[in-house]
Amino acid sequence: MSLDTSKIADTNRGTAATAKKPNKAGAVAGWADDRLKLGTLTKVFARKVFPDHWSFMLGEIALWSFIVLLLTGTFLTLWFTPSMSESVYQGSYTQLRGVPMSDAYASTLHISFDVRGGLLMRQMHHWSAMLFIAAMFVHMMRTFVTGAFRKPRELNWIIGSLLLLLGILEGFAGYSLPDDLLSGTGLRIADGLVKATPVVGTYMSFFLFGGEFPGDLIIPRLYILHVLLIPGLILALIGLHMLLLVFHKHTQWAGPGRTEQNVVGYPMLPVYMAKAGGFFFMVFGVTALMGAVLSINPIWKYGPYDPSKVTAGSQPDWYMGIAEGLLRIMPNWETHIWGVTISWNVMIPGQIIPFVLFGMIIGWPFLEQWVTGDKREHHLLQRPRNAPTRTAFLAAMVTVYGLLWAAGGNDILATHFHWSLNSITYFMRAAIFIVPPIVFYVTRRWCIGLQRGDNDLLLHGYETGIIMRSVEGGYSERHLPINPDRAYTLTARHRDQVHEIESAVDENGVAAPGSRIERIRAKLSRGMFADNVQKPTVEELEEARHHAEHTHELEAGLDHPASGHEFDDHALRDAEDVPLRQH
Amino acid sequence: MNDHLPETTHGAQTPVGTQEPIPDPGLPEHEWRPTDVDPKAARRAERQVAGLFVLAILGAIGFIASYVIFKIGDTTDTIGNLGASNLMLGLCLAVTLLAMGAGMIQWARKLMSDHEIVEMRHPAASSQEDREAAVSILQTGLEESGLGRRPLIRNTLLAAGGVLGLLPIVMLRDLGPLPGDKLDHTVWDLDTWTPEMQAWWKTQNRTLQRVVRDVVGTPIKVTELEIGDLVNAEPEVLFAVDPETQQPVVEGTQLLVDKSKAAVILNRMLPSDIVSEQTLNWSVDGIVCYSKICTHVGCPISLNERTTHHLLCPCHQSTFDLTDSGKVLFGPAARALPQLQLTVDDEGYLAAVRDFTEPVGPSFWERG
Amino acid sequence: MRLLNRPLGRLSRHRRGPVAGLLVVALGLLLTGGLYAAFSPASAREDDSATQIKQGHQLFLVGCSFCHGTNGQGVKTLDGNQLGPPLVGVGAAAVDFQVGTGRMPAVQPGPQIPQKEVVYTPDEIAALAAYVASLGPGPAIPNPSDYSLDGLTDEERQQAIARGGQIFLTNCTACHNFEGSGGAMPRGGYAPKIRGVSAKYIFEAMLTGPQAMDNFSNGNLSVDEKRDIIAYLQSLQDNPDYGGFGMGGIGPVSEGLFAWLVGIGSLVGVATWIAAHTARTSKQKAEQ
Repeated sequence: MSLDTSKIADTNRGTAATAKKPNKAGAVAGWADDRLKLGTLTKVFARKVFPDHWSFMLGEIALWSFIVLLLTGTFLTLWFTPSMSESVYQGSYTQLRGVPMSDAYASTLHISFDVRGGLLMRQMHHWSAMLFIAAMFVHMMRTFVTGAFRKPRELNWIIGSLLLLLGILEGFAGYSLPDDLLSGTGLRIADGLVKATPVVGTYMSFFLFGGEFPGDLIIPRLYILHVLLIPGLILALIGLHMLLLVFHKHTQWAGPGRTEQNVVGYPMLPVYMAKAGGFFFMVFGVTALMGAVLSINPIWKYGPYDPSKVTAGSQPDWYMGIAEGLLRIMPNWETHIWGVTISWNVMIPGQIIPFVLFGMIIGWPFLEQWVTGDKREHHLLQRPRNAPTRTAFLAAMVTVYGLLWAAGGNDILATHFHWSLNSITYFMRAAIFIVPPIVFYVTRRWCIGLQRGDNDLLLHGYETGIIMRSVEGGYSERHLPINPDRAYTLTARHRDQVHEIESAVDENGVAAPGSRIERIRAKLSRGMFADNVQKPTVEELEEARHHAEHTHELEAGLDHPASGHEFDDHALRDAEDVPLRQH
Repeated sequence: MNDHLPETTHGAQTPVGTQEPIPDPGLPEHEWRPTDVDPKAARRAERQVAGLFVLAILGAIGFIASYVIFKIGDTTDTIGNLGASNLMLGLCLAVTLLAMGAGMIQWARKLMSDHEIVEMRHPAASSQEDREAAVSILQTGLEESGLGRRPLIRNTLLAAGGVLGLLPIVMLRDLGPLPGDKLDHTVWDLDTWTPEMQAWWKTQNRTLQRVVRDVVGTPIKVTELEIGDLVNAEPEVLFAVDPETQQPVVEGTQLLVDKSKAAVILNRMLPSDIVSEQTLNWSVDGIVCYSKICTHVGCPISLNERTTHHLLCPCHQSTFDLTDSGKVLFGPAARALPQLQLTVDDEGYLAAVRDFTEPVGPSFWERG
Repeated sequence: MRLLNRPLGRLSRHRRGPVAGLLVVALGLLLTGGLYAAFSPASAREDDSATQIKQGHQLFLVGCSFCHGTNGQGVKTLDGNQLGPPLVGVGAAAVDFQVGTGRMPAVQPGPQIPQKEVVYTPDEIAALAAYVASLGPGPAIPNPSDYSLDGLTDEERQQAIARGGQIFLTNCTACHNFEGSGGAMPRGGYAPKIRGVSAKYIFEAMLTGPQAMDNFSNGNLSVDEKRDIIAYLQSLQDNPDYGGFGMGGIGPVSEGLFAWLVGIGSLVGVATWIAAHTARTSKQKAEQ
């Protein structure tokens, strides 16, 4: 349907556009459009199409959690004092009256006990921080396992990885702000990690804390990092992330009517505005529910930070759990050489391994592109089973992550399951090397098995559960072809292309430059696609159908499933006399 | 059933495709929802959505009421054993938000048009003409700026830019003082004391600094401790009170900084349990004194297994042997726990002979 | 000399009287009893405590001597390991704690003896405690007035609780956690949960250092300091849960678990609902 644009001004001169029925809303819209080209923007963006699938909403959980964080966080800044100056507490929490504490801690107590809704906002802020990072992880895993990071979305993947890193840092800074015993212990550990840096460690530590630990500058510095610098970066990156999403349009699952050239779904106005807006309220509501009934970070029980106090079960928030696990299971290697100390036991788990892991995350799209040599644009998602190596790699990495998580809580495991603390540590040291390759192999074979199942469906149809007995006495199961929509969905994908090198040497025996790398590349490429089941060719399908028709003779007379009542009269009959067609 | 081996390409990426085995059947036919065809179902859905929005209003009213009704602070109202204000504010807020969200979603699912729409994609890359235009624009710009022809401008510009980048780094120098040898000493070493601490010390007329109980600050006599006792202790200067002003000599940030290196634990054991000679020589009647700060990354340790004399750190489970110079038995700590040499002063109280003979706490590069 | 050489007749006349024998016996008894009463230790004067110790000894022989020896001297295995430690000098407080909380009698050896159902009645426990106390001087069962805050003004009470909190956080939370939820020790040992434990047992545990726990004798933490710690723990229990359910009081581990299971779980469920295909009908719309 076309709009009647005859009444809309096509220049800025002369009379303004007049709406058919002059009204206030039209006047305001006209005023704005005269300056902002809102009409064109509306035309372009309001009916943008987004495909519909639950797995596409995981990133939204992160987005809406961030909005909740901004709202609840702003509330908290109205009362929080980011200062480490000490005073003696005389407020309403009687157990701490007379105890000297920093203003940061005292103001957090004030928020919790003297501001109505303050404790609720504190708890909602903390819960949504955890949800924010968890949602980013789940969204990242979905994007990874469906291949949504492939060209042209590699940059978005990098932006997302940076958002994850920033979120983790932001969370660490945030829960350290109240200056309580638990988070202060975390800062102490962070200081130890910084001090272990070779050459510049002590300088970095003194610069960070403005002197010796704990000093009186770290909380104000973390505060400005937490409320200004990192949120600013996160907002900018989220904006860029969304911009790229709108520009590239969302990926979609393969299916009838869906191609690499289109996107099928529902329009932003009104459906997605309602669904996404509604989801925002649901995320906000779930956070409110958790803040209402589940107590989180009861800082009044920890007391103000004191370097000579500590609590059993000192863990950081869950997203730092793998760093904690790495620190706990690391053997105590340290080198003392030429008057200096190299603390491998702190550097490797605290600095090197997180760096390596993050590098792997950021670099994966480029590594995969290099191995597969695939430079096409991809807008259709891959089912995880159709990329077995990638899916298995994710499963292995998730296993490493989970084991390190568990190692970070080894004392909780020890008390709850009555295991020996030392045994858990020894077990984890071995497990993080032994278990992931096993998971990798199992996941890969599982995916390939699922692929074979899909291929069977295409070639032989689905199993109906009806067993036929042939004249010779053999049993076979009746298969019926799957419906064309489903068949198309299963085949709407590319065939894998292994990257081969032409020849390592030319006619004169001169090795091609970089041929060693190329050979490794080819090997990896072969390994990546080894045992993959490609979709059948037209010829194979024809052959399968023909084969099916051939066997159909054995099942003559059955163009519908048997009902089971054919012999209810218990009379003996010949096969041809069975009155099946009446059913 | 045969598995296909993947096709191979030779370096280049020409798509090797055979004919698609199954053609695209196109978008499936639209199926109506009951709310589309049956006006009664539509009205019912409308009532559902409206009901949810009304529930949201009720939740908001409940929130405002809870804010007014439930008290916090000196007297906290409770429901069950839970704080009433937090619970009721949170539950009402949750009802409001969830109902609002559910209403919007239900509206979209049941009543808004659910015809699927197709939008065409555009290639992410610019067209060839645009690329060429961009290249020529950039070339024109470069030519017009003259940068290509004038390497002197280019080089000096780069140099200036580089130097400019150094300025913020220089500005950060005063972030903190240089470490110096601060990490090598604790307040057990009287030479590191501030003038206020030294002034107080003059009023005490003693030479040896006593070990005092943490929190209460009382000095410790040997006879007060039994075998198996574990005392969390500090140097007495941290509890010192100026006799004139009645103010603590060390307080605030300085107190925490000093505690973070000087905190110690005392443990009394049978002298025959002590293994290493140094530990024996530095103990008094089986009372040993070790730094409370873990040598891994600095958590305070006071989990002592009385029967084995193993001290466990709660953070990463480094375990130290108190009978054997604080040697590491398990865990990621690489250095033994520093021991403080004890003696008894003239009045019979436990005192430190001198500072620790090595830096306390986490390792660092210059520790040697 | 004349008295001694007197003729026998006069003395013997008294001696041969009918009540003479009775008189002699009565005199003898009075003399013996009087001497005994004068010179024997005071406790022997109270017959109940003696019976209590005896009863305790009998109970000890039946239920405790297998591991602790018939006289509480401890039992060493052939390999030189300690089966049950010697109980000489552990005091009545240790017995009251161990048996009163059900830890003793131990059912099997292990890295730590867990708390079980209490096997003995309070009288039996008192008897056992009295017997073990008789083996050698040790910490006595505390008086309830030792750990009660009665007699303090409100302000003193509040100060005691605040100080108790600081002492608790310095000495106890490293093993027992900020809420008294317990914590892990090496090789399968653990510091047990101390929430909900009665004041007397907390006092006794600090005093006697059960199993691998250190002592906090009265010279280490004074009686007042112990009282303050107990008052603080009591106040933690009396306080409402300000923010909601505590999820076990073990800190960020359970918080993270709930964030994933409850938070992400429910939100993924909501997402599934949002994107789910709604009900379809085969009817056609009346007008297009």
